[in-house]
Amino acid sequence: MGLLVKEKEIVIPGEVVADGDAKPSYGTYKDGDKIYSAFLGLVETNEGYVKIIPLSGCYLPKVDDKIIGRVIDILMTGWRMDTNSAYSAVLSVKEFVTSRYGGREDDLSRLIAIGEYVYVRIIKVTSQNLIDLSTAEPGLGKLKGGRVITINSHKVPRVIGKKGSMVTLIKEKTGADIKVGQNGVIWLRAENPDAELKAEKAIRLIEEKAHTEGLTQTVEAFLQ
Amino acid sequence: MSYKRRCDGRGWDEIRPTEAKAGIIPNADGSAYFRMGNTAAYCAVYGPRELFPKFLQNPKTGIIRCHYNMLPFSGMGERIRPGGNRRAQEISLVMEKALSAVVDLSDFPNAVVDIYTDLPETDAGSRCVAINAAAMALADAGIPMKDMVSALAVGRVDDKIVVDLCYEEEAYEGGPVADIPIAVVHNTQEIALLQMDGEISKEELIRAIEMGRKAMEQVYEIQKKALKEKYQDA
Repeated sequence: MGLLVKEKEIVIPGEVVADGDAKPSYGTYKDGDKIYSAFLGLVETNEGYVKIIPLSGCYLPKVDDKIIGRVIDILMTGWRMDTNSAYSAVLSVKEFVTSRYGGREDDLSRLIAIGEYVYVRIIKVTSQNLIDLSTAEPGLGKLKGGRVITINSHKVPRVIGKKGSMVTLIKEKTGADIKVGQNGVIWLRAENPDAELKAEKAIRLIEEKAHTEGLTQTVEAFLQ
Repeated sequence: MSYKRRCDGRGWDEIRPTEAKAGIIPNADGSAYFRMGNTAAYCAVYGPRELFPKFLQNPKTGIIRCHYNMLPFSGMGERIRPGGNRRAQEISLVMEKALSAVVDLSDFPNAVVDIYTDLPETDAGSRCVAINAAAMALADAGIPMKDMVSALAVGRVDDKIVVDLCYEEEAYEGGPVADIPIAVVHNTQEIALLQMDGEISKEELIRAIEMGRKAMEQVYEIQKKALKEKYQDA
C-alpha cells in the first residue's frame, strides 16, 4: 500500500496521507484514489487501514465509555450532568445504584447535590447526541473528596497507558487513588496532599508530552 | 500607465512579508496568529459547545459563528469605535461562508464552534488575514475539516495586475483600482470567497485570479508549517 507520509508524522487537514489500496479509517476520507486527513493529527496504520489520531479537540460521547460527570441540574427523575463535551447527559435515578432512595417523594439532591462529581458509564447515545448514563457496575458512583482535573480527552489513552500501565505506575509511586474518565476529567485522592499534588503534576506532564516517544521513562524519572 | 513600480518595492506577484503561529492562546481550544505586512490577526476558537439561544440550533449539524473585530488602535491613526458595525458584520458573514466550505460538524448536531478574530493592526486585506488565521485556529482546535482555506487579495492598480495589495495601492489615485479578496480551498482549488471593489475587465479578472492562486500556494505553505511547528519543538 502507498503510505505517502511517515508513520507517526504530523499532518494537517486536507493533506494527502496515502493512495493506492490503503483503506481509510478514523479521521480520514477518500476522494478518488487518494486518502486525505480530516484532522490535525498523527498518522497511524494498522493492517492496511490508515487513521489519524487528533492532537486536540473536544470529547465526543461513545457508548460504554466511563466518564466523570458533574451534576449541573436536578430533574424529576434524575440528574443532568456536564460531560466536558458539547452535550449534557442524564443519569436516571433508576440507573443510580443506592439503597437510600426513598421513592417518588424523595429529594434527589439528598443523594447527589449540584456540583458533585460522579464516575459513570455511558449506556446510550442517540444520533442527536442525547446521552444516558448508569452507575450499575462495581467501581462506579459518586466521588468523595480528592481533586478533579481536566485534560484534553485525546490524551486520555496515554494517561491510561497500555492495559492501564501508566495509571498503575502513578498509583504505585504516589499511593494516590485515581479514576480516569474518557472525557478527560480525572479524579485523584491521596492520604498525603503532597502525593496528590505529585500525581497531578505527573498527569500534566503526560498531557504535555503525549505525542513524544519514551513517555513511560520520562514519567518514571519524574516520579523518582 | 504611470504605476511602474510597487510602492513597497515588491514584485507584481509577490506577497507581503508573512508570518504565522499556531496555539498562542492557552485558554482557547484552538488559536492562531497570522500577519501579512502590516495587517495582523489573532484568532481564538472555542467549541464545539452547546449553542444558545436554542432557536439557532441546527439538529442536522453543528454550526460555526465568526466574530471579526478591529481593535480601536488598529487603524491609520484614527481611533476605531469599538463594537460591531455594518462592515464587521459583513466580514464575519463572508468568513463564515468561506470557512464552512471545509468545516464538517455533522458529528456535532445542535452544537456551535465560535471563532473570534481580533485585528490589532490593519493595513489592507484584513478579511483575508482573518480567514487565514481562522482556518489555522480551527485546525489547531481539532475541528474535523476536509481541507485548509487560504485567502489573499488580488487586484488591479492602474494597468497592472497585482497580488496582495497594501493600503497605498488600494487608495491609488493615478488610475483605476480593483481590490478582489479571494479565498481558495487548497486541494480542490474551489473558490470559497470572491468579492470585489473597483473596476476591472473580465480578462484581467481571470488573469488576476490565476496569479492569486499561484501566490496562494505560499500562504498555504506558511499555514501548514506553522501548524506543524507547534508540535515539533517539544
